[in-house]
Amino acid sequence: MIEILFYILSTITLGSAALTVLSKNPIHSALWLVVSFFSLAGHYILLNSQFLGMVHIMVYSGAIMILMLFTIMLMNLNISHEVSKPFITKLVATVAFCLIGILMLSIVMRGAQTYDLQYATSGQDFQSAHVLGKILLNEYVMPFEMVAVLLLLAMIGAVLISKKDKTEKGA
Amino acid sequence: MENVIEIIGIDKYIYLSIILFCIGVFGILYRRNAIVMFMCIEIMLNSANMLLVAFSTFHQDAEGQVFVFFTMAVAAAEVAVGLAILVTIYRNIGSIDIDKLKNLKG
Amino acid sequence: MDTNVILLLLLVPLLGSLVNIFFGKKLGNGSGIIATLAVLISFIVTVVAFVQVNGTKTPIQGNLFEWIAVEKFSISFGFLLDQLSLLWLLFVTGIGTLIHLYSTSYMKGDENYGKYFGYLNLFIFFMIILVAGSNLLITFIGWEGVGLCSYLLIGFWHKNQDYNDAAKKAFIMNRIGDLGFLIGVFILAFLFHSLDYMTIKTALMSGTNHQINTWIGCAALAIFIGAIGKSAQIPLYTWLPDAMAGPTPVSALIHAATMVTAGIFLITRLNFVFDLAPLVQDTIAIVGAFTALFAASIGLVQNDIKKVLAYSTVSQLGLMFMAIGFGAYEVAVFHVITHAFFKACLFLGSGSVIHAMGGEQDMRRMGGLDKYMKVTYITFLIATAAISGFPFLSGFFSKDEILMVAFEHNKALYIIGSIASIMTAFYMFRLVFLTFKKGFRGTQEQKNHLHESPISMTLPLIVLAVLSIFGGLISWPGSSWLNQYLQPVIVKSAANHPHALGFEAYMLMGVATVGFLIGLIWAFRKYIQKAQVPQEDDKITGFHKVLYNKYYIDEIYDKLFVKPIYIIATFFRDVVEVALSGAVFGLGKIADELSLQGKKAQNGNIGLYLFAFVFGICLLLYYLFIAR
Repeated sequence: MIEILFYILSTITLGSAALTVLSKNPIHSALWLVVSFFSLAGHYILLNSQFLGMVHIMVYSGAIMILMLFTIMLMNLNISHEVSKPFITKLVATVAFCLIGILMLSIVMRGAQTYDLQYATSGQDFQSAHVLGKILLNEYVMPFEMVAVLLLLAMIGAVLISKKDKTEKGA
Repeated sequence: MENVIEIIGIDKYIYLSIILFCIGVFGILYRRNAIVMFMCIEIMLNSANMLLVAFSTFHQDAEGQVFVFFTMAVAAAEVAVGLAILVTIYRNIGSIDIDKLKNLKG
Repeated sequence: MDTNVILLLLLVPLLGSLVNIFFGKKLGNGSGIIATLAVLISFIVTVVAFVQVNGTKTPIQGNLFEWIAVEKFSISFGFLLDQLSLLWLLFVTGIGTLIHLYSTSYMKGDENYGKYFGYLNLFIFFMIILVAGSNLLITFIGWEGVGLCSYLLIGFWHKNQDYNDAAKKAFIMNRIGDLGFLIGVFILAFLFHSLDYMTIKTALMSGTNHQINTWIGCAALAIFIGAIGKSAQIPLYTWLPDAMAGPTPVSALIHAATMVTAGIFLITRLNFVFDLAPLVQDTIAIVGAFTALFAASIGLVQNDIKKVLAYSTVSQLGLMFMAIGFGAYEVAVFHVITHAFFKACLFLGSGSVIHAMGGEQDMRRMGGLDKYMKVTYITFLIATAAISGFPFLSGFFSKDEILMVAFEHNKALYIIGSIASIMTAFYMFRLVFLTFKKGFRGTQEQKNHLHESPISMTLPLIVLAVLSIFGGLISWPGSSWLNQYLQPVIVKSAANHPHALGFEAYMLMGVATVGFLIGLIWAFRKYIQKAQVPQEDDKITGFHKVLYNKYYIDEIYDKLFVKPIYIIATFFRDVVEVALSGAVFGLGKIADELSLQGKKAQNGNIGLYLFAFVFGICLLLYYLFIAR
């Protein structure tokens, strides 16, 4: 049952990711990406980390994708005006895709022979929201605060960059 | 508490995340639209995230998930600033086709 | 108090110099007055200090500050006003004042009037440092400083390229000597861990260092080479005749009376070192005697009024070095002083003549000037009589003492010195007769222009002429005030063992007088009775031509030193430098070409960059996980 669920989810993830890359309209790309992210959240829940799954849906599917869609519509890019790509681009992209894929798979396969991948459960609770919250606010409280500052800076930076230059307008 | 890793095996997750990452790389090289390239970067980031979560479960250690947490925050910040830059570029050049951004020419 | 005296002495000329150099243009004629006053103040201070030291017999000493202090070795910026330096300061500042006064008229109307006086004051400042320094390094500062001022003033009319060349020649020739000086200073510093005159003197007088005599000899020789350069002896004398390119008062002050005697000052100051090096002393005597003869023989046929005086200066300096070589330092000092009087007077007189002739320096264009310039003629005649050794004038005593010392030590050098004296008498009277007697040989325009110089020019002439007459009294044979005065400074002083004024001395005086008369009558017969005028340049033949061209020394130096160095330099410039720069520029070209080609990779295509990026990651992964 779980195995079947995993394969279905994996197919959705890879398929929608591929469609994200291949669809000509940026809006379609974005929508396929949302699908991909939802399936990834499914993976998380399958891996028993429900809290992270929820956060993933909220941050990626909620915040980031909305931002992207909003930008696309702001720029009026909802129609495809990307010219057909030259053959060399397709070739290069395919070559790189194959190269890096084969390389990484071969690395993992070589590693799988040397390491014991057998799994033994201890039955301890380590990934509920309760435990995560304790870890975050005890051991990782400093990085946590730093991330808060980073997000603030990103917000200020984004506003500053996208703000229209007043003096330039006059000129 | 039943665990999916026991049933499926960590290697399947590794393969899944590699293929997802390669799709992201392919998209980066294949597409010319800057926003779609952004999306491809998100795909690559998420493949790494998923592997972190899988290994966190495999080792029964919460720190992997904490890392994913931070990665998400950084990704959010990156998207915010990156999109702001794209907006500015679009305003100046009228396009976000990266073939037209040739100011880096030496 | 002592430090204040020294500071006042030093800083007044420096201040005058700075004011004149920076504000000379605005001051106009005032700059001459300021400069003259500055030197006058120095002179007054010197007189006060002189009276004090002459009374107390103890030198004035003052350390301004510690200059260099290393472990076991320290040099203070100190000054020492003892009998020797005060004597020098007296005539440097005294004659300096007169020449400044003279210059106020002589240089009138020159566009760089202020700058001229600035340099002249700077010269006085450095000369005071040279003379009053309490250690060799301070003296070296002054030594270099006067060299600089000499250079600046020889090339003062720098629009004439010949004058610039003369200035450069003087500077470069002095550098050769300066190198010797420095080597000597280093050897002395190595031996005594100090450069202070007093310390070195005490160390040598204690007499425990006899094993270092060879080193002392080397130091003495090196310092003598320095003195050769500054005091224009063979083989470094050729700069001095060329140095006459400068304004005539400069020739009088720097190149006759003061700076060129610095070499004699230095050796006299270090007499305790030279006493330990008899071989070097012999060398000095021989070099001096030959320089005296050599320069006098060239002086016989020169036609430029200032060139004659220049060779005469070289010749007289040679006589002084001869005296030093015999260890008779006070005799040399005596001749320095009398020479300063009459040679300054002669130069200033020639300046007066040149002024009247409108810049003409060739004696063949002069003649009969005694009717127009009475004061100049009389003072010039007195100075000529003094330098030639007319009995009981200053030069008679000083030169006679040198010859007397030479007679005691070495008869051959005595004969050389006597011949040089006869030649001196001849060429000096030749100068007087050609310039002031017979009819005028210049153009009508020049004749109309002839006039006596103004009072500010004739007054120094009169003062110097009087000094030329009576200057000999400071060292009257038998009871010499000068010898007594210098006794504390000079270790082997003649005053300690006075020679009797016996028959021999009177005989030598008589011989000297006869020699003077020979020179005088020779010149009289040739230029008054036969009324000869020197031939034009292209008609000169035989040995006369060799003399007229100064034994072709300049040409020989040119062939021997200048040409080979020039050839080597050309070789380095045309071959070595081209090869080196070719290699360097070649490397640069390669890098340039590489970057030009590499630039093409940066074509701005982000897709390409990304592909390179991915490909690079693939290589990294391959290396890290598979190849290893």
